[in-house]
Amino acid sequence: MNLLFYISSFVAVAATILAITRFHPVHALLYLVVSFLAAAMIFLSLGTPFIAVLEVIVYAGAIIVLFIFVVMMLNLGKDTALQEKNWLRPKVWAGPCLLVLILLVEMIVLLLNAPDVTMHITVVDPRKVSLSLFGEYIIALELVGFLLMAGIVGAAHIGKQKKKILHRFLN
Amino acid sequence: MTVMQHIWIVIGVLFVLLNIAAGLIWVERRLLALWQDRLGPNRAGPLGLFIVLADTLKLFFKEDWIPPFADKKIFILAPAIVVGSVLLSFVIIPFAPNIVVADLNIGLLFFLAMSSLGVYSIVLGGWASNNKYALLGALRGASQMIAYEVFMGLSLMGVVMLTGSFNMGAIVEAQKDMWFIVTQPVGFFVFFIAGIAETHRLPFDIPEAESELIAGYHAEYSGMKFGMFFIGEYLGITLISAMMVALFFGGWLGPSFLPPLAWFALKTFFFIGVFILLRASLPRPRYDQLIEYGWKILLPVVLANLMITGAIALWMKGG
Repeated sequence: MNLLFYISSFVAVAATILAITRFHPVHALLYLVVSFLAAAMIFLSLGTPFIAVLEVIVYAGAIIVLFIFVVMMLNLGKDTALQEKNWLRPKVWAGPCLLVLILLVEMIVLLLNAPDVTMHITVVDPRKVSLSLFGEYIIALELVGFLLMAGIVGAAHIGKQKKKILHRFLN
Repeated sequence: MTVMQHIWIVIGVLFVLLNIAAGLIWVERRLLALWQDRLGPNRAGPLGLFIVLADTLKLFFKEDWIPPFADKKIFILAPAIVVGSVLLSFVIIPFAPNIVVADLNIGLLFFLAMSSLGVYSIVLGGWASNNKYALLGALRGASQMIAYEVFMGLSLMGVVMLTGSFNMGAIVEAQKDMWFIVTQPVGFFVFFIAGIAETHRLPFDIPEAESELIAGYHAEYSGMKFGMFFIGEYLGITLISAMMVALFFGGWLGPSFLPPLAWFALKTFFFIGVFILLRASLPRPRYDQLIEYGWKILLPVVLANLMITGAIALWMKGG
């Protein structure tokens, strides 16, 4: 299982880097989908199939489709790709990357010095997930419910239309 | 199960599915003809069966043209996604007691995940074609499929509640005494409607609506790339029919004078026939009517079904 974990993490990191560096928004979003699928695979290899499938359904299947939907509606063409190209010059990203690289080296040093810990994989089935959601974390779940409700009310308010009076032929 | 047995099951399932998908070309045309009081293709071979071969050969020899204004990579990728995601969904379907490719304990969720990935084929196909009609078809397809996915998932949760598991084998076993169509009729009808919308079959073929959008999202496709969309649609019908059988009509269960596999196949073919009958008899609704119908009628109905099922399940348990 360890090998699967490392392969899928590598795919996730590579896909995310490609998602950032692609100039065309739709290509970038497709790499993001691959990244989410790889993240789902990581969850699966760590023994949480329920979370893995939810990752695919919610992120890859719904949220990114909405992103692509919006990109399609905006009809971003060659101009945006060119603009992205201008933004992604070494002058812009070299500084932050160098600083983050220092942190990465530090982390690698720390990890190499850390005592060996083997991964304990316990399979968490959907039943356990729901029991802890509706037992231990019930307050958090209800708060999330409030938040979603607020979102729905907001969307309904924005989307409310004034009543139009149409000509009788159009009714 | 040994490894060899597993490989044979995978090969067998793939072989049968691809043949069914091709054979449905003939079945659909003959059945449509029957219901419209004509003969249909009956010249090539016995009963006109060789029309399948002729159609496939024609698709292979057509010019496979990629428009110069299209986004080439995504244009090629899109038709592969539809067939891939539908074939992956078949992994969890229990055809008979021991004939299942992967007996996952999250089987039903895997099916939902794969059907939600299927949206990409329409969206990307329509977008990559760089054509106004294709784009309009893709936009319609995306909103239709995202909307109906929600009801599809919710309509199945009643079955999951009664079984207490996402495992397809367990769901079929739980129908030993009574099929879920009796206890979950509302869930079945919502799943059926959502299934037609998911496979964008007539009467809900709004993304391709040939009278308004020419052919919608696959207007620019030709040759075997179009064939992939075509096969993907037939595979989708087979998938939804097989899911309906496994979830609501007792799967392989049936009187013992026929083997379990035969029961499963018979029931599935019945539902494929229903799909074709719907195509023969119903007109296409308007686009906004379809979406409104989904969110304003199906969603409240399916939520109410979920609440009532949950209450009854708790009450029966005596909790």
